[in-house]
Amino acid sequence: MENRVTQVTLKNGMKVLLKEIHTAPIISSWLWYRVGARDEVTGKTGISHWTEHMLFKGTKKFPAKILDKAISRDGGRWNAATSRDATHYYETMPADKIDLALRLEADRMQNSAFGVKEVASERTVIISEREGNENEPLFQLTEAVQQTAFRVHPYHHEVIGDKADLQLITRDELYEHYRRYYVPNNAALSLAGDFETKPMLKRIRELFEPIPKGATPKRILRPEPEQRGEVRFSIEGSGETTFIQAAYRFPNATHPDFFPLQVFDGLLGGMSGLSTKTSRLYRALVDKEYAIEVSGWAEPTIDPYLYRITLIKHPKRAVDEVIAAMDAEIKKMQDTPVAEDEIRRAIKQARAVFVYGNENITSQAFWMGYAEMFASYAWYTTYLDNLAKITPQDVQRVAQQYFEPASRVIGVYLPKGSEA
Amino acid sequence: MEKLKQSLPGPEDIFRATLSNGIVVLARANFNSPSISMGGYLPAGSIFESDEKLGLADFVSSSLMRGTQTRTFDAIYNELESVGASLGIDSNVHNVNFGGRALVEDFPLLLTLLSESLRTPTFPKKEIETLRMHMLTGLALREQDTADMAALAFDRMLFKGHPYSRPGDGFVETIMSITRKDMKEFHHRCFGPKGMVISVVGAIEPQKAADAIEHILGGWQSAGQTLPPLLPKTKPVRKTVRHHHSLPGKSQSDLVIGMLGPSRKDPEYFPASLGNSILGQFGMMGRIGDVVREKSGLAYYASSNLSAGTGPGSWEVSAGVNPRNLDRAIDLIEKELRRFVKNGVTKDELADSQANYVGRLPLSLESNSGVAGAILNMERYHLGLDYYQRYESMVYAVTRADVLEAARKYIDPERLVISTAGP
Repeated sequence: MENRVTQVTLKNGMKVLLKEIHTAPIISSWLWYRVGARDEVTGKTGISHWTEHMLFKGTKKFPAKILDKAISRDGGRWNAATSRDATHYYETMPADKIDLALRLEADRMQNSAFGVKEVASERTVIISEREGNENEPLFQLTEAVQQTAFRVHPYHHEVIGDKADLQLITRDELYEHYRRYYVPNNAALSLAGDFETKPMLKRIRELFEPIPKGATPKRILRPEPEQRGEVRFSIEGSGETTFIQAAYRFPNATHPDFFPLQVFDGLLGGMSGLSTKTSRLYRALVDKEYAIEVSGWAEPTIDPYLYRITLIKHPKRAVDEVIAAMDAEIKKMQDTPVAEDEIRRAIKQARAVFVYGNENITSQAFWMGYAEMFASYAWYTTYLDNLAKITPQDVQRVAQQYFEPASRVIGVYLPKGSEA
Repeated sequence: MEKLKQSLPGPEDIFRATLSNGIVVLARANFNSPSISMGGYLPAGSIFESDEKLGLADFVSSSLMRGTQTRTFDAIYNELESVGASLGIDSNVHNVNFGGRALVEDFPLLLTLLSESLRTPTFPKKEIETLRMHMLTGLALREQDTADMAALAFDRMLFKGHPYSRPGDGFVETIMSITRKDMKEFHHRCFGPKGMVISVVGAIEPQKAADAIEHILGGWQSAGQTLPPLLPKTKPVRKTVRHHHSLPGKSQSDLVIGMLGPSRKDPEYFPASLGNSILGQFGMMGRIGDVVREKSGLAYYASSNLSAGTGPGSWEVSAGVNPRNLDRAIDLIEKELRRFVKNGVTKDELADSQANYVGRLPLSLESNSGVAGAILNMERYHLGLDYYQRYESMVYAVTRADVLEAARKYIDPERLVISTAGP
């Protein structure tokens, strides 16, 4: 059963998406801002994520502890996250309590305090978050691959930011960042759950429409120049496990090639959300003992980003041997069109993953807003139809076009003292 | 509120039946989405394994889907993945646990694959060796993980001489020593329908789900199945013990501070659980989060957790901090524990956590898998099918005095287990 979605733009430019679902007495509310790591310049990396943390430090009306308690008391679940392209804040609440979440979000869009003391204590919290990440070899490798793949485009740094910047960013810089990006015309609110659309929309207008529109922030436009030849590097660290990551250039989410590449990904690395033990890479690398684990991963983004294949090397193989086996598998998909059956199978898998997602009100509200951040909600609703149009020739063409060694970056994490 | 109550699973809409061979089936219909979620367990956990063969239960449960009398590893996953279904089997101290989901038309397939995996695994040689290498790699990664290593030493000290002191994934030497014969013998001795529970939630009439399970698993008999051994008693440590596991080169240290806690069936469970919420869960990780993260900025995460299951539980505070702040963080946590057992909790704090416990119920039961898990717990801990109908009054029956009594029973700030790992 398809639930209708109401889409409205408020007078101040804020986008609102509403979907009634009456299966459980719950409402999930997601507020999205078009700001993320891609909006940061050198010297201010990590500022979007830090700003997100500061929005939990309270306003005059909802001081930190009260805010926190109020949501938790009502049994709500809430959190926030910052990604490359966007920042979101969500609350899933018992349906009769959602008003609190809406009042809170309307308030902290404009009235967050950014107290000097809170900024100072959050600085060490975020540095601690980064140090926790640095403990993981895969974080170290992923960060190194990313900064090698992007020199010009701001996708070059991790969302958490560089430690040097986390030590230097000031309270005023944070506040300025907040004021610039947290304006209603730079935001989208997505709500799904047990409500009636008309009164809900009226309430949202009451709370959010009085917030004055600001200057729409310009986003950084610095396309990455074409890569001329493969880049390989290695880093060293503790442990006895070798990780390999290969990153290929991947188009943005609204590019027509995004969909054939989704099918390609489903066949090569396996469908996201399912086990991947019959994917081509698993059969070629794990079954044949080149790797202990392998995964393929792409995410929908505003600008061209990366498709990453990440492997744990099998101890009995050399790094080059593993990369050669991976290349051979990709080459098969470049040389020979895949069978129609394989594509139909990938589409059935995608359908199942969609059905599971729709069991859950929180995830339905998430997708409405998330898709708005890099495309539009229509991108999500037409996703399966777009997959269904893909032919074996499409898959072969994108395999050839996007998976050439000349435009990839390969990073290797080597245990200290070992030989590649 | 009425709608909320109606949405909670209860005796009117949870179907429960015992099959001819003893398997307990629990089912609840939800036709909002054309899918089903399945979960369950049987008593074949690591409690059956010897110290020399630690990791055997884990090895066996990981091998079940690697080849059966009917299908190869690749064929099993091909069936599953082709229809977008999933099935996973793992183990803990007491049980082998399984869980899966599928579009409802593929439910029989899911059941068939579960049945074959549990009943007729063949432990193919090549697959076992592949898996052994995966497990050894997992152990190498564990060896480098500050949180894992701190937790490992914590369990070893807290549960000294008890099966809970042992890591389910074993050690390099024990994994190396496990043979195919060991695995077949373990399977013969521990697997069977006795004590098995299976729950199904989704777009199927409960009776139909039970019929399907009877059809596919009802014929399972296992003469060799033995009952699990009884758990020995645990003893709290006599004075505070502290251990540091050195991991050079790490940016962050992890710490675990704790003591024994109630089991899920103990009368102190609810007071301890609400107390723990106040100590290190509620809002932004409770009092612990407030002093360690919010006030001192020492950690990104700092919280407390009550781990209460079949046997004795543990009550632990954990955090990740910069190595030079380790002692300061431990100090702050010890102070909070002292304050907690001295003064207990305030009226407002208790009221907040009680409201949270009741209010969050519909959220935790939002998905089919959430409901399937909740129904399994009703069975596992004998909570009764009307558990969620009684839940609100049980939560509100807890007083400040109950919380203080439970806190004092379990927490002695002079007798803590402190485990840290980092540079």
